[in-house]
Amino acid sequence: MAYSEKVLGHYQNPKNVGTLDKNKSNVGTGLVGAPECGDVMRLQIEVDEATGLIRDAKFKTFGCGSAIASSSLATEWLKGKTVDEAVKIDNMEIVEELNLPPVKIHCSVLAEDAIKAAINDYRKKNGLPELKFEESVVH
Amino acid sequence: MLKFPIYLDHNATTPCDPRVVEAMIPYFTNNFGNAASRNHPFGWQAEEAVEKSREQVAKLIGADPKEIIFTSGATEADNLALKGVFEMYASKGNHIITCNIEHKAVLDTCKHIEKEGGEVTYLKVNPDGLVNLEELEAAIKPTTILIAIMYANNEIGTVMPMKEISAIAKKKGVLVFTDATQAVGKIPVDVNKDGIDLLAMTAHKMYGPKGVGALYVRRKNPRVKVTAQIDGGGHERGMRSGTLNVPGIVGFGKACELCMHEMESEAKRLSALRDKLENALLKLEEAYINGSQHHRLPHVTNISFKYVEGEGLMMGFNKEIAVSSGSACTSASLEPSYVLKALGLGDDLAHSSLRFGLGRFTTEDQIDYTIEQVTKTVNKLREMSPLWEMYKEGVDMNSIEWAHH
Repeated sequence: MAYSEKVLGHYQNPKNVGTLDKNKSNVGTGLVGAPECGDVMRLQIEVDEATGLIRDAKFKTFGCGSAIASSSLATEWLKGKTVDEAVKIDNMEIVEELNLPPVKIHCSVLAEDAIKAAINDYRKKNGLPELKFEESVVH
Repeated sequence: MLKFPIYLDHNATTPCDPRVVEAMIPYFTNNFGNAASRNHPFGWQAEEAVEKSREQVAKLIGADPKEIIFTSGATEADNLALKGVFEMYASKGNHIITCNIEHKAVLDTCKHIEKEGGEVTYLKVNPDGLVNLEELEAAIKPTTILIAIMYANNEIGTVMPMKEISAIAKKKGVLVFTDATQAVGKIPVDVNKDGIDLLAMTAHKMYGPKGVGALYVRRKNPRVKVTAQIDGGGHERGMRSGTLNVPGIVGFGKACELCMHEMESEAKRLSALRDKLENALLKLEEAYINGSQHHRLPHVTNISFKYVEGEGLMMGFNKEIAVSSGSACTSASLEPSYVLKALGLGDDLAHSSLRFGLGRFTTEDQIDYTIEQVTKTVNKLREMSPLWEMYKEGVDMNSIEWAHH
């Protein structure tokens, strides 16, 4: 299966690989997937307390090229958004942007799950109720 | 000067040796006769070529030419052996013993036989990929008509103890079939010394063309028969009808002849290169070899790189180096390799595996380049892996509740 240029681009030059301090109160960490499934994503957001904007996002992923690209793209999209805007990121937007074939759609679903998990972690730390999400739909 | 891409997936298929192609060409154009045309020179020429190949194929495995049935490949030979014996020996019994790391061509055929009323025992292999001989013997019963164990495994290269297996089978009067696709032409295989009654092989794994293979069916001590699965004219002694793929068969024969002469020196050369590759990659932390290191093919290594996923790993160099992986992401079914799972490997290590299959045209330069690229890519992906970070921090990953979905 040939990869799209965009997936290759993220794989070769991932933008936001790294780790934020998960103990800080303005950092939200989402860890999703499982080693047995071959896909684990850790996505972190750092929220600017004054403005409410996500000023930094970092990821690390154990997974295939599409999984790496999906999580890398997610961190790019998260930066500069508010937490409420970030919640709206939909996996199909990732699929379209990266031209993911049907067999790789689940990678985008996992990225969306990672975003939501990071947001919920941040909310929990800051005394906000965690958001309930419907089961992600795989198109 | 390295030429790209480098091919290190010889277990999947092999290029035709130029000498094989040269031998085949006349049979496409000038000598194009149907080997069954008994009444004119076109047919006689074709038949002569086929019979010469039959001898070359037989010689490679220590058989008599009359015992070779040409097929479209090993998958067809597997089908013919299993279904053919099941049907032919129905009055004797309906039980087949095989193992759980066989190729799908054997496993799926066994599943089909189960639907037809057959009983199949799938022996479990040990962590080295080897069948347990005591368990094998214990599984034999009065209704057992066949033991089907592969000579060498395609994913991990493990070579089964065929002599011991056939000794047990002989003792109990059960036929032995082996899918020797990965072994023939790479290591010495002798149907008499190894006590084999049926054997499947294919040309495209030994520098011959795709689309042609053979089933060896023993004629003496004992005389084995199989019920044809393809009817229509009674070719190949009634066991496999259909016009023979003359050019393919000619290529197959030539490939066998070349293996006969070059196998020993090739195995020495390739095992040295394989060891170099393996030792260099094992220098990486948390790298593990899958399958027996003592009982295996000389040109294969299957290595897991913990905390890095196989498809992602291959993406780092697959435009330049061709290998394959046991990762789920590389399979159409999204299931990780059942062979690696059968070894008792955790799924995460199955996802992290790469299989390297060296071949006749592999050079040391190619191996050096591969060592460099794979090492670089493993390190790069580990920097990006949350699991590697956790491992380095001493986190016990078995204690984490992963969110499955």
